[in-house]
Amino acid sequence: MKVKVLSRNPDDYVRETKYDIQRVPRNYDPSLHPFELSREYTRALNATKLERVFAKPFLSSLDGHRDGVNCLAKHTRSLSTLLSGSCDGVVKVWNLTKRECVRTLQAHEGFVRGMVVRYCGSSFFTIGDDKTIKQWNMEAPGYGEEEEPLNTILGKTVFTGLDHHQKKGVFATCGQQVDIWDEQRSTPIRSFSWGVDSFSSVRFNPVETELLGSCASDRSIVLYDMRESTPLKKVIMTMRTNTLCWNPMEAYFFTCANEDYNLYTYDMRYLEKPCKVHMDHVSAVLDVDYSPTGLEFVSASFDKTVRIFPKDAGHSREVYHTKRMQHVICIKWSADNKYILSGSDEMNIRLWKANAAEKLGVLAPREREAVNYSQKLKEKFQHYPQIKRIARHRHLPKNIYHQRNELRVMKEARRRKETNVRKHSKPGSVPVVSEKEKHVVSVVD
Amino acid sequence: MAKVSKKKGNKNVKKVVMSVEERPPVNEEEEEEAGMAGAEGDIGSSGEDEGEDERKRQKLLQAISALGGKRKKALGERSEAAVDMSEFSVNPEDGPGKVQLSDLMGTLEKTPAVPAKTRKLLENLQRNKKTVDSPLSKQETERIQRGMAFQKAASEVSRWDSVITQNQRAEQLLFPLNQEPAGPRPIERLVAGWKAQTPLEQEVFALLSANKQPFTDPILTPAEEASVKAMSLEEAKIRRAELQKARALQSYYEAKARREKKIKSKKYHKVQNKVKRKGLLKHIEQMIKTDPAAAMQELNKMELARMQERMSLKHQNSSKWAKSKAIMAKYDEEARKAMQQQLEMNRELTQKLVTSLNEEEEEEEEGAAGEADVLPDFVNDAVDGPPNPWMKGKLTEEPTKEQANDAAPEAASVSAAAAEEEEEEWAADKTEEEALLREFDCRRKRHQAQESDTAGSIFQEEMTEAAAEDSGASDCDEEARSEFRSISRGGEEGFKATEAVNCADRTDESAQLEERLIRIRTVEDLECLPHEPSAQPRDPPTTKAQPSEEKRVGKSKKKKGIELKEVLTKNTNIIKVPLAPIGTDSEDPEAKVDQKGLIKEAFAGDDVISDFLKDKRRQEDEGKPKVIDLTLPGWGEWGGLGLKPPKRKRRKVRSAPPPPRKDQRLPTVIISEKKNASISLHQVHSLPFPFENHAQFESCFRSPLGRTWNTERTVKKVTKPRVVTQMGAIIDPMAEEELLRNKDAVARETSSVNSKKKRQPLPITMFFSRKKAHLHRGL
Repeated sequence: MKVKVLSRNPDDYVRETKYDIQRVPRNYDPSLHPFELSREYTRALNATKLERVFAKPFLSSLDGHRDGVNCLAKHTRSLSTLLSGSCDGVVKVWNLTKRECVRTLQAHEGFVRGMVVRYCGSSFFTIGDDKTIKQWNMEAPGYGEEEEPLNTILGKTVFTGLDHHQKKGVFATCGQQVDIWDEQRSTPIRSFSWGVDSFSSVRFNPVETELLGSCASDRSIVLYDMRESTPLKKVIMTMRTNTLCWNPMEAYFFTCANEDYNLYTYDMRYLEKPCKVHMDHVSAVLDVDYSPTGLEFVSASFDKTVRIFPKDAGHSREVYHTKRMQHVICIKWSADNKYILSGSDEMNIRLWKANAAEKLGVLAPREREAVNYSQKLKEKFQHYPQIKRIARHRHLPKNIYHQRNELRVMKEARRRKETNVRKHSKPGSVPVVSEKEKHVVSVVD
Repeated sequence: MAKVSKKKGNKNVKKVVMSVEERPPVNEEEEEEAGMAGAEGDIGSSGEDEGEDERKRQKLLQAISALGGKRKKALGERSEAAVDMSEFSVNPEDGPGKVQLSDLMGTLEKTPAVPAKTRKLLENLQRNKKTVDSPLSKQETERIQRGMAFQKAASEVSRWDSVITQNQRAEQLLFPLNQEPAGPRPIERLVAGWKAQTPLEQEVFALLSANKQPFTDPILTPAEEASVKAMSLEEAKIRRAELQKARALQSYYEAKARREKKIKSKKYHKVQNKVKRKGLLKHIEQMIKTDPAAAMQELNKMELARMQERMSLKHQNSSKWAKSKAIMAKYDEEARKAMQQQLEMNRELTQKLVTSLNEEEEEEEEGAAGEADVLPDFVNDAVDGPPNPWMKGKLTEEPTKEQANDAAPEAASVSAAAAEEEEEEWAADKTEEEALLREFDCRRKRHQAQESDTAGSIFQEEMTEAAAEDSGASDCDEEARSEFRSISRGGEEGFKATEAVNCADRTDESAQLEERLIRIRTVEDLECLPHEPSAQPRDPPTTKAQPSEEKRVGKSKKKKGIELKEVLTKNTNIIKVPLAPIGTDSEDPEAKVDQKGLIKEAFAGDDVISDFLKDKRRQEDEGKPKVIDLTLPGWGEWGGLGLKPPKRKRRKVRSAPPPPRKDQRLPTVIISEKKNASISLHQVHSLPFPFENHAQFESCFRSPLGRTWNTERTVKKVTKPRVVTQMGAIIDPMAEEELLRNKDAVARETSSVNSKKKRQPLPITMFFSRKKAHLHRGL
């Protein structure tokens, strides 16, 4: 006969060690926990406030360059290594954990125009105003040895941009034309030119590794396929594009930083108009880099700020600036999606957090859960005016603030004028041109 | 840019054509070439200076070019040498006119090396007068090339579409993408850098290598590898798919069997068994025709089972289990049923098989008649005798519409019909005994319905009394009270329900729900409850009026599930047999009385309803337009006490009446239509961007996220962050492998969707991420 008795599994209520948390039986009866919406709203409000309180994005500044920092390069295999090249031809290798310079070398005479680390991380390439491409060993030379490049290629013209293939020993430079080089050869294996322009930057697509994009001084963005003998397509915009960056997770999207204060995200298949116009800067945008997750990108501008944009948002979610930071020339997003590195005119490299309020270091599980919860709460109530107001508040330097207002007024005036013109002309004769279409002059194929 | 240059190119060609028109025999190709070289200078001068020689040369060139088909660029430019020398046997100076192809072919025919086929081809060529189209300009060709290349690149890039959209939709993204699976790694990888050193190891390795056993990375022996290679990828895929399908089917059947086994319903199993038996019988019948010997064996088996049953009386009510059930049967409907089923089983097992199906049924009926003897007496008592509250469980299974039926035979038929309805899914027919039982239940239920109805009417009377007692309440309150009463008569849970359900329904359900309403009310109302069962003088008129009403209802409300309230709260009373109820019956209500008395005592003098009504009235008054007196006494008149302002100055302003209150017809609700400024500060005033309507937006706030309201697991699931990165890990760009992985995932997904057919509604986050993806694509 089976006798039924009350029995409880001690595992359900006995702690394994005295350091464990006490089990707390809960009653989830909703009548016992009323006002859930208002309570969560309050929590969301508090979380938002705390986020703003803890938003301290600036971590440190790496100083040591004797001239403005002109280019940065991430190490492909090591998170803690950063390379920087300055306007006086000096390249410095930094250890980010110690926040100190570990190696300094005089790479070029004049500017170091571009720098890229080989995909395996064993060496890096630099180009400079002295018309040379140099390959350097990543490891510092032993004591008493001189810093000497592994390879030096003398070019006919000045090189302005450099990028390395994701998987092969092939790199691309740009100057008067876009050249594709094999590491083993001293002449380019392929040269692309399309009209007489000078190019300012060239970038390999990290996903579709044979594709390239370049920005030319005739206000155009040109796409190439390394395997083809001709360029693919060209889009001409109203103003010059300084740099472009491909999305590392989405093969056909790239974002370009333009002189007209905006950034444009294009789908390379449809160049007729950009997918998104990102506007917030109040001066020319000089550099752009995608986060390795491909969800956001960071841009550096001549207006002395760094802004972070979600990839499909028209406006930035964050703006970083300090009193001493001058025109930001180059920007990089670290490969672990945690930090942002900016190099600026006043010889400093700055290390920022990608999420301003994020706590660095290891989080305890409960801490992690709390963070996740408050994050979700913030998302849930983000449209509430009070929360929105707090979450969106940022401090801006006075001049940038005024410039922004001025730009707004200008834009509004232009818009008003356009509507007035439209009103007083034959219907249909003044078509409405969307913001996206405004900035593209033509597509040439 | 290229467009422009193309235009230029065209212009050039035109110019050339104009300049060359003087010399008609010149080849088109030549023109083209000239155009390329720069038509301005060269050709013009050469055309004028040189005379016939040049022309002849042209002819020759023409002939040659017609031969080759391909244009040779160098020919046009290196002119001097070509004039004098000729590689071919034909000298242009000899021939007076045009060089024909046949001239060239004349030498051909003499050489035996040239096959007939080629000769034929040349002849065809000679006959053919068509000239080759001029090639496009360099710009044009480049443009076409670019276009082609772009198309190729675009299509190549488009293969990432699915991955990208999937990532945009994904609820969570994990980075880095190619994470090594946690847990122990295969030994091959760990051992990769290791070498045999000790003699024993070397010996082992020598042995392994001698047998061609792999000990490092390739885990397969050469033979295995060969076999792997033998099976092509497609074959392997097909095979795998087959295996997968088979496995899925197997697990499906297993799950089905398990599910069926888990079904506790005896009836279901009974029906199943019956179907099985019938199938077996049919099978046997067939077998008798085809294979009599085997059929005999089967029959013997069944006969054996019957004999065993008869000997053991396993299913008679003599077993221990049956005895225990017999004791319980008095109180437990289930037990009684179980007993009946067992007896039925016994009957089925003991009857002879040779009889036809009709006979079987007859026997069953007989068995049902005889069953009464087998059942213990008290069971029958319970059926016929005074109402036992424990026996009421069965009631609930019945649809309420049966209450409506007046006459017993009708009830029986209807109940049978209802039973059929219930059993339709099991495709089984009803036995007679069940019908009988049901009839009893039916009758009992009818009694209950009548009683509860009378109880309802009594309750209403008491209500009015209670209202009368409340002297403090004003007229308005009285009105409201009457409305309250109407609701209580309507007897639905909430106001929505009252609105939705028509009056016919109200009368139907009044019996079930009035008690609930009382619980909500004041202590005075609570007082009524305990008296209810005792005060049960039956009103014949009400009972008679009932059926006609309920018949109407019966049509509208067909079937209902188990009504817990009905089972628990109804007190049994029977009109015909005024017997004292069984002990348990009387005890229970008394306990209730105590409870209610206590509550009443505790809340004595706490008239919530009247308070509420007063409150509501006050609010209504506040909203009413007020008369404002705007006269200014003493203005241009004599002032002082007791003076009345003249008529023309008596100005009274009455503001327009406000729109009717929303709660005008809702007696139990106060709806305030005033806007609260302090709240509006925290409210969302316009619909935020990704949402299309308010319902969508509000759905985001329907459920709380925190662990105050949710279980740990739910909280974890709900607060999952969208992007998870690993600390200190480098996130590499997406690689080709991701494409393959995604393909697999998509294939799996589609197959699962197909098998499911019905799609689950998307969670809201999913919805928006999808939407976003869509937007992104659309942009």
